[in-house]
Amino acid sequence: MKLLIKNGRVVDPSQKLDEICDVLVADGKIAKVEKNITDKADETYDAAGKVVAPGFIDMHTHLREPGLEAKESIRTGTMAAAAGGITTIACMPNTKPAISTSIVVSGIKERAAKEGYVNVEVIGSISKDEEGKELAEMGDMLEKGAVAFSDDGHYVYSSRLLMNAAKYMTSFDAPLISHSIESELNADGYMHEGAVSAKIGVPGVPSVAEDIAVARDVLVAGYTGAHIHIAHVASKGAADIIRQAKAKGYPVTAEVTVHHLTLTDEACMSYSTATRVSPPLRSQDHVDAMRAALLDGTIDMIVTDHAPHAPEEKDVEFRKAPNGFCGLETAVGVVLTDLYHKNVLTLEQVVDKMSCSPARIFNLKGGTLKAGSPADITILDLDKVWTVDSKKFYTVGKVTPFEGKQCKGKAVATVVAGKFVMKDGAVCEK
Amino acid sequence: MAKATVSLAGRDILDLESFSVEEINLVLQTAAEMKKIMKRDIKKVPSLRGKSIINLFYEPSTRTRTSFELAGKYLGADVVNITTSTSSVVKGECLRDTILTVQSMCCDAIVMRHPIEGAAVYAADVAKPVIINAGDGAHAHPSQGLLDMFTLREKGLKDLNGKKMVILGDILYSRVARTNIAAWNKMGADVHVAGPRPLMPYAVESLGVTYHKRIEEAIEGADVIDVLRIQLERQKSGLFPSPREYARIFGLNEARLKLAKPDCVVLHPGPMNRGLEISWDVGYCDQAAIRDEVQNGVAVRMALLFLTLTGGKQIEAAN
Repeated sequence: MKLLIKNGRVVDPSQKLDEICDVLVADGKIAKVEKNITDKADETYDAAGKVVAPGFIDMHTHLREPGLEAKESIRTGTMAAAAGGITTIACMPNTKPAISTSIVVSGIKERAAKEGYVNVEVIGSISKDEEGKELAEMGDMLEKGAVAFSDDGHYVYSSRLLMNAAKYMTSFDAPLISHSIESELNADGYMHEGAVSAKIGVPGVPSVAEDIAVARDVLVAGYTGAHIHIAHVASKGAADIIRQAKAKGYPVTAEVTVHHLTLTDEACMSYSTATRVSPPLRSQDHVDAMRAALLDGTIDMIVTDHAPHAPEEKDVEFRKAPNGFCGLETAVGVVLTDLYHKNVLTLEQVVDKMSCSPARIFNLKGGTLKAGSPADITILDLDKVWTVDSKKFYTVGKVTPFEGKQCKGKAVATVVAGKFVMKDGAVCEK
Repeated sequence: MAKATVSLAGRDILDLESFSVEEINLVLQTAAEMKKIMKRDIKKVPSLRGKSIINLFYEPSTRTRTSFELAGKYLGADVVNITTSTSSVVKGECLRDTILTVQSMCCDAIVMRHPIEGAAVYAADVAKPVIINAGDGAHAHPSQGLLDMFTLREKGLKDLNGKKMVILGDILYSRVARTNIAAWNKMGADVHVAGPRPLMPYAVESLGVTYHKRIEEAIEGADVIDVLRIQLERQKSGLFPSPREYARIFGLNEARLKLAKPDCVVLHPGPMNRGLEISWDVGYCDQAAIRDEVQNGVAVRMALLFLTLTGGKQIEAAN
C-alpha cells in the first residue's frame, strides 16, 4: 500500500525542511520526501497550496475510558484527535479505575489498537489510584508500554512520595509529569484570583499556588536528576522558575495549553462553565508570559488538556462545574488563528511545538518525516476560514470556550500509519 | 410620577452594574410611592392582580424573602415560596430543570436567592419570566443596593456625588459590598473600604475603591458607613484570628463613629452580630438606619416587581 502526497509545502523542523515537495508513504512508513516523486502509488493526494507536516502529538489528553464513558471513550476521543489533525495522543491516568497497573495500560493499548483512529500513548499514575499515598507499579507499566507517569488532576502533595517517585524513575529514564498546583491554596478557588474574580465575586485561586508547586517540583528534579515535565504551565511565576531551573541544567521540561496561550480570565465574566479549567484562565500578563516562555524555549510544547465532561455535568452553576473542556478539535485552528496568523509563532515553531518537540522529549517514534519513520502526517490549510461549532464535534464532551470563534487555518487531512483517518474534516470510517 | 422615558418592563434584575442612573432614579421614585401604600391602613392595591411570583430560595433568608413576599402581596400578586430544602432540589434536580418547572406553571417573576455567583445570570439565560436576583453568592444583591440608596435619600443624602462612603468588613465574600461599590461609584461617590486583608479581594482597588489598613483612617470624615456582617465561619477558616480581636481592631464602636461626620449614616444589611462587627450602642444609635433599611426593603421590592412586571404603566392606579 503506497500513498503519494504531491506538491505540498513540507514543513519538518526535525530535518530543517520547508519546501514544496512530495512525500511517498509505503507500508505505513515514510519512504521518501523529495521533489517530483514519480513512483506509482495506490493513492495520490494533491496537497498543492497546503502544508504537509509530521503528525501532531498531544501529550495531554483525557480519554476517560475506562469507567467515565459518559464523558469520552477511546473511540470518540481518537476520532476527535483525527478530526483535529492530531495523530498521537497521550492519555492521562485519571480514569476509573485509574491507570495504576500494567493490566489497565495493556487494556487501553489493545482497545486503542482495535477501536482507535490515532496512536494512543499511555501515561500511568505515579501513585496507586492517584491517591498520593504509595507508588504505583511504574516499572510494570513501563514494560507494557506506558511512556510517562502523572497523577494528573491532583498535585502530588507529599514531597516524600514525589522524591521517591523521582529517584525510582532514574532507574528507568521515564519522565514524571506534574500537575503542579498547591492543593490547599487551590481548594477554595474556582477561577484565577485577580481583578475579574474581585469583580464577579467568584473565589479565586492565587497564581502563587502554581508557582509554589512548580518550585518544589523543579527542585526535586534538580536534586534527584529525574526528568520532571511540568503540565499545563499557566502562571508567569511558574514560567520564571522553570526558566531558572533550565538555566541550572535541571532535567525539567514543560508544556502549555492552547487556552492558556489564547484566553484570559475575562472569559469568565459571563459565568460560563465552559471557562472552568485548572489551572484557571489567567490575566493577560500571564498569557503574555506564556507566549514569551514558549518562544524562548522555557516551555517546550503546546498541548490541549482535552478534558471532556458529560453535558449535564457542565450545565450547572459556575462553581458546581468540573474543570476542563474539550480541545482536540479546536487546537490547530486556534493556534493557527491566534498565534501563527498574528505573528506570535512561525509555522516552523508551530510544527515544532506540536509535533517534533513532544516526540523528542517523550522519546516517541513520530514527530518527523524522515525516511523510515511512521507515516503520521498532518496536512494543514493555513487559510481555510471556519467557525467553531461544537455540534459538529466528534468528542462526547462538546463544551468549549472557543464556541463560535472564527478561525483561519485548519487541519484538512490526517494520516496515521500511512492511512487517511480524516479528510476534509470528516473522520474516515475504519 | 416618572413618565417612563426609561422602563424596566420585562427586565431581569441581576445586578446594579447594568442599571443607568436614570433607571436607579426611576426605582427610587417609584419606591417612594410604594412606601405611601405600605403606610396605608389597608395596604393592598391591585396593580399586580393576576400576576404570580415565585420566591425560589436556595439559602436561608428572613428579611429578603419576607419582604419580597409582602411586596408582591401588597400589590395584589399571588406569591409562592419555594424553600429548596423541602423541594425536589433535595432529590437532585438541577437548577435548569427547577427553573423550567417553575416557568411551566406560568409564573411571571422568579425571585431567586442562591449561594453560587452567577446563578441568577444562569437562571435568566434559561427562563422566560423576569428573574430578580435576591442574592447570588458573593456577586450581587441589587435590591439591597437600591434599598440602601433609598434609605440614604430619606436621610437627606439625595446626591451621593463626592460623598465619602465607607464599607467595613468582609468585602471578599460580600455581594452587598460588590453591589454598593458599583452603585455608589455610578453615582459619583468616593468609596472606601477597610477590614482585615484576608477578607479583601486580591485586587480590591480594581473595584474602584480606596483600601485602608486601619478602619479609623477609612471612617474619618465619612458621610456613610456600611458595616457588613461577619460570617463566623470566616474565622473558622482562618481568615482572622478571633471574634474578640476582630471586634477590638476592626469593629465599629462609638469612639470610632465619632471620627465620621456628625450626621454620618450607619447602614448594615443584617442580621447584625452585635459586639462583633458593630457594637451594641452603635447598632441602636440615632445615626443607625438599620431598621429603616428593613422597611424600605419592602417598598423598593414593590417598586422592582411593579416596574418589571407592568412597566410602570398602572402607577396611577397604584396611587
